[in-house]
Amino acid sequence: MRKLIVGLFIVILPALGLAAAPSVELDTMEPDHTNKASLQRGAALFTNYCMGCHSMEYARYKRVSDDLGIPPELYEENLIFTGAKIGELMKNSMSKDMAADWFGAPPPDLTLESRLRGEDWIYSYLRGFYKDDNRPLGVNNVVFENVGMPHVMADLQGLCAVEPRIGEEATVDPLSGDVRNADICPEWESEGSMSPAEFNAAMYDLTNFMSYMGDPVKVERERLGMFVLIFVAIFFVFAYLLNREYWKDVH
Amino acid sequence: MNKLVNWVDERLPIVEAWNKHLGKYYAPKNFNVWYFFGSLAMLVLVNQLITGIWLTMSYNPTGEGAFASVEYIMRDVEWGWLLRYLHSTGASAFFVVVYLHMFRGLMYGSYQKPRELIWLFGMLIYLVLMAEAFMGYLLPWGQMSYWGAQVIVNLFGAIPVIGDDLSLWIRGDYLISGITLNRFFALHVVALPIVLLGLVVLHILALHEVGSNNPDGIDIKKNKDENGIPKDGIPFHPYYTVHDLMGVGVFFFIFFIVVFFFPEMGGLFIEKPNFEPANPLKTPDHIAPVWYFTPFYAMLRAVTVDLFGLDAKFWGVVVMGGAIAILFVLPWLDKSPVRSMRYKGWLSRIALAIFAVSFVILGYLGIVPATEGRTTVAQILTVFYFLYFILMPFYTRMEKTKPVPERVTG
Repeated sequence: MRKLIVGLFIVILPALGLAAAPSVELDTMEPDHTNKASLQRGAALFTNYCMGCHSMEYARYKRVSDDLGIPPELYEENLIFTGAKIGELMKNSMSKDMAADWFGAPPPDLTLESRLRGEDWIYSYLRGFYKDDNRPLGVNNVVFENVGMPHVMADLQGLCAVEPRIGEEATVDPLSGDVRNADICPEWESEGSMSPAEFNAAMYDLTNFMSYMGDPVKVERERLGMFVLIFVAIFFVFAYLLNREYWKDVH
Repeated sequence: MNKLVNWVDERLPIVEAWNKHLGKYYAPKNFNVWYFFGSLAMLVLVNQLITGIWLTMSYNPTGEGAFASVEYIMRDVEWGWLLRYLHSTGASAFFVVVYLHMFRGLMYGSYQKPRELIWLFGMLIYLVLMAEAFMGYLLPWGQMSYWGAQVIVNLFGAIPVIGDDLSLWIRGDYLISGITLNRFFALHVVALPIVLLGLVVLHILALHEVGSNNPDGIDIKKNKDENGIPKDGIPFHPYYTVHDLMGVGVFFFIFFIVVFFFPEMGGLFIEKPNFEPANPLKTPDHIAPVWYFTPFYAMLRAVTVDLFGLDAKFWGVVVMGGAIAILFVLPWLDKSPVRSMRYKGWLSRIALAIFAVSFVILGYLGIVPATEGRTTVAQILTVFYFLYFILMPFYTRMEKTKPVPERVTG
């Protein structure tokens, strides 16, 4: 049996690596759905900067409020701008037809964006805007070429004048000890209100929140999964003993 | 309790049925690991039926509502996420156990006389299972659901003369639409499960008529004791029921690791583009069917030459259909005097090894985008796949077999 399982994994493994290979290098982002403070900050950022255009129409405010530990009154006061009740789906007030006229395509719903593109992609994309005068909105993105979305968080990040270095590891110069590439943008067109480190942290929170929205039951699922596996393991012990008892007189 | 059983038994032969199929069904005592997968397939079938019934309670089979209703199940329905992951993981698990079950048959010659009908019913089950899985995959109404169905239904269009009308008839529309979704839903939840259950019953009835094969491929009914019980046989219940219970434990352990920790299986069981709603105006960069279809998909793509005035796509469909059809005649291709690979010659062993490896590599090639080199490999492997069957009458006759023992060897 063990040989079989190992064999099976060897058969399946090579295929695991090829799911949606990105065309550009991305920064890594490890989501943590148990970090409620981060998720709450992410929820605030999403509501303030993204939700004007992007809905999360498969999810409900109430679920977010419950899971993230935000009291419903506080949530309704600060994080619902459309006048929706807290039990409703997280839609926005932008008409899809008009949005298609404005941007070429309506801004996509983002409930499942993290499952479609992955956390690495979102984290890199959010930090990948730069100035490009050839584009109608004056910005482009290294992760999403010729993107139709404006750099909505330019007031936080600032606007990078050249292509930011996404997917490059920070290196330490061996002679001087200086950290290089810590800041992804070598040259700023305009400064933002946040330092690069602060902005990275904020985008981590935002990505973390989107990751949670894509798979809200993950923490609970994995918690239950442990109990289920322990149960199955105990079940196996008894099944094994029962089998041994019956089979001991078969020769 | 006994009185009740007697009362029923006078009116319905339940005791006889119990004895025929479980209590006095004598199975060879030398089953090995490969003999778990039949009962595991039954287990997965039950899982699919039960979770499927509960999923239909909240699913909305319309083009407008399908995608949102799946997310509704995942988020708002109590335990809906678990039902769906059990069902989606179960679909892949079904093919895993069925492929292993079929490989067992190939290894131990379980299709040989007198078990030809068991093999044929099994192949029909496999065919219906593929249709069932294909139609089920459209239901979440994601991008890959949509475009996968588009590609497969268009294959019928490659048939000369009637092709276009045929694919139009299958879709019920000029492109995959809510109408297609509705009919696939009806077939997926009603028609095909009924056929599948009927075939499973026939598969088992035919098996219990002639008795189970075993790793030695010898007929245990030739050696009976004074009571007419095969000396190498043991009653299925309780011996194999408790034995299979162990198999269930191991299977569930692996199955639940996937369900609770890797439900997408890295994009293999639930493909990433399926998290975007179906959009007829936006074709994904790379369309790949789910992993269990990819060996055949690779064969389809491997055919790149036009022949006799018909284009390559048509011949690809012929090759793909032929790859499945040829499995049906397998019992009549094997001319070996012995059943089991244990006593067949090295030619048979090498042929089976090449066949199995080709099938797995073809499966891989069907997942990844095609390149020139990969297509060449797929072409060679497709030839290997068919040679396994076409040459079987020859190599099984030519080779020298080992003597088969009188009694099972454990």
